[in-house]
Amino acid sequence: MYVLPLLSGGLTLVGAMMVVTCPVAVHAVLYLVVTLLSLAMVLAMLGAQFAAALEIIIYAGAIMVLFVFVIMMLNLGQPDRDREKEWLRPRAWIGPGLLAVVACGELLYGLPTLSDPDGAVFPIDARDVGLSLFGTYVLMVELASFLLLAGLVTAFHIGRTLRERP
Amino acid sequence: MTAFPFNAALLLAALLFSIGLAGVLVRRNLVFMLMSLDIMLNAAGLVFVAAGARWQDASGQVMFLMILALAASETAVGLAIILCLHAHGRPSLDADTGNLLRG
Repeated sequence: MYVLPLLSGGLTLVGAMMVVTCPVAVHAVLYLVVTLLSLAMVLAMLGAQFAAALEIIIYAGAIMVLFVFVIMMLNLGQPDRDREKEWLRPRAWIGPGLLAVVACGELLYGLPTLSDPDGAVFPIDARDVGLSLFGTYVLMVELASFLLLAGLVTAFHIGRTLRERP
Repeated sequence: MTAFPFNAALLLAALLFSIGLAGVLVRRNLVFMLMSLDIMLNAAGLVFVAAGARWQDASGQVMFLMILALAASETAVGLAIILCLHAHGRPSLDADTGNLLRG
């Protein structure tokens, strides 16, 4: 009965523990992706499919790509080939791979049965969120756009001083 | 599909927040501190979505969207600062070596 919630919650906690305790940054990124996927499953089980999709697209997609870029640009001391070989040993990716397969299977199993009329989930879909977002909270959307613009300008400024350094 | 219970969601969010807080306090690598901050933000967003599902209100997901925008800008600026520190010849990413402004 409670297999799916227990499984996704446990995957989230295991992934988060591995993120905190992992010594290598790339492995921590892999476990963080597992955490975000299973957390998306938790959000879908709470009836928030829109938030779950955004969690996968923005968090596990965009923000994790940022982390991977930065980790690739850091630690340029050793030759790249040795570093990649050391990162991609099976012992490194077999754990996150197995956890991600479990999370993906859970998503594939759980999502088609999500909109059952007799289920206990009352979904709040993207239409309700959009009506509330651009009706009641339209000022907050403007403020969020200010925040994103400020982040963009700050990142651009820091990168510009980085590039102009001899 | 079984629904996720509200109390379980609160418990999961509290545990996630504790793990993220422990990561920020224990780890000294700046990249790991940013990842732990993301875990903490995710826990906060989970509480908002769970409360929105509990009281059948879309405002929880609106706040989740705001937290998403906050996390995106925070991660971008933090990673840009890490790259800047690394390009200025700092040998390690230890956060304790950066406690002086002109150090």
